[in-house]
Amino acid sequence: MRCDFADSLLQGYFDRELSTASAAEFERHLQHCVHCSVELVDMDLLSERLQLAQLYESAPASLRKKIYADLCPVTHATVISRPLLWHWLAAAAALFLLAIAGWKMNSVPSTDDYQVELAEEIVDAHVHSLQPGHLTGISSSDEQAVKGWFKGRLAFALPARDFANEGFALQGGRLDVVDERSVAVLVYASTGHLINVFVWPRQGRDTSSQVGSRQGYQWVDWRKGRMEFCAVSDASTSDLQQLQRLFTN
Amino acid sequence: MNDLDAEDRLRFEQLVLPHVDAAFNLARWLLRRREDAEEVAQEALLRACRFFRGFHGGDARAWLLQIVRNTCYSWLEKNRPRELMVEFDEELHPQAVATPESIAMADEDHERLTRALESLPPRFREVLVLRELDGCSYKEIAAITSMPIGTVMSSLSRARRQLYSVLTNSYHKEAAREV
Repeated sequence: MRCDFADSLLQGYFDRELSTASAAEFERHLQHCVHCSVELVDMDLLSERLQLAQLYESAPASLRKKIYADLCPVTHATVISRPLLWHWLAAAAALFLLAIAGWKMNSVPSTDDYQVELAEEIVDAHVHSLQPGHLTGISSSDEQAVKGWFKGRLAFALPARDFANEGFALQGGRLDVVDERSVAVLVYASTGHLINVFVWPRQGRDTSSQVGSRQGYQWVDWRKGRMEFCAVSDASTSDLQQLQRLFTN
Repeated sequence: MNDLDAEDRLRFEQLVLPHVDAAFNLARWLLRRREDAEEVAQEALLRACRFFRGFHGGDARAWLLQIVRNTCYSWLEKNRPRELMVEFDEELHPQAVATPESIAMADEDHERLTRALESLPPRFREVLVLRELDGCSYKEIAAITSMPIGTVMSSLSRARRQLYSVLTNSYHKEAAREV
């Protein structure tokens, strides 16, 4: 059996597209319509499932390449016509940079390389999460609600905490995939910046934090209590370190 | 795409190119095959560029997605016209690509949802993709699909109900198989 309200107001109410007056009217109806309340729950379940399954498919690199090639054939031509000297200088500079990079890579232990690579993957995941509909599987500032949502989805207990009083308001959480495994992500908002904190279990001792940046995003990575944390944002490194202190204290 | 001058090209890069992901995503879900989506999205971008001078501000994403959508439909009409007929009697003839069995047999929820979504008629699939994956407002969906807002709402309603029933039917079949 279907309710007359179902087609007109229910969708708009669920999608938060109704005017205040219509929303109030629908809420009055909702108080005594079991059908609509059940359908709202179904829609919510469905929507959450669609978000979790990460069905959004970004454009492959090959498409971007083709579009740029379509768009800028003129630029390509000018590059070729530049004096040869520039090519030699550019090649020499590239070799020099490669030599420095090689020297730097050799001088740091391989675990750090691994962590930096991981952080880069996490920055990519952060950027991906900023696309519409990708940020949260659950949006709530309630610690218990967020913990409850993760329970059953994760094989480890998650320290989901709200630091709104300290300037980092919990926005919710989601599951993501990093380094080919499922990780938990807690989302915070701090003075206009969104911060993703990636959390996953990790054997070994607690370590001091590592920091870095990539494509204008900062990351801070630390380990505590057999968990690894990596906070990523366009907020400043010191903001992220402040959030780290809140987590580790 | 050379007929744009440098200033217009810069504007095109700044306003339109950030939405290449959304363009590809919509094409992928309308055409159901990544290779076709890549070809048609590229074609749509070329068209968008050619007619960019006609775009005088406003919502660039909605503008681009409208072009992508129209290009997809005209491609479907040319290459797979039968898919567009489905919408007239979708209750009787669900799309052949995804069957309840194939949906039930999929291992991952991602796979199961993909097939279920692909089994919906294109007009339902597109409103769900725009709303749930792209986070478009009703107004944007109305602009992209050239439908009145009331039709957007009723299509969403039917699309959600149909997707939900495809998914739950497949679950029931799965449960019955295990017993």
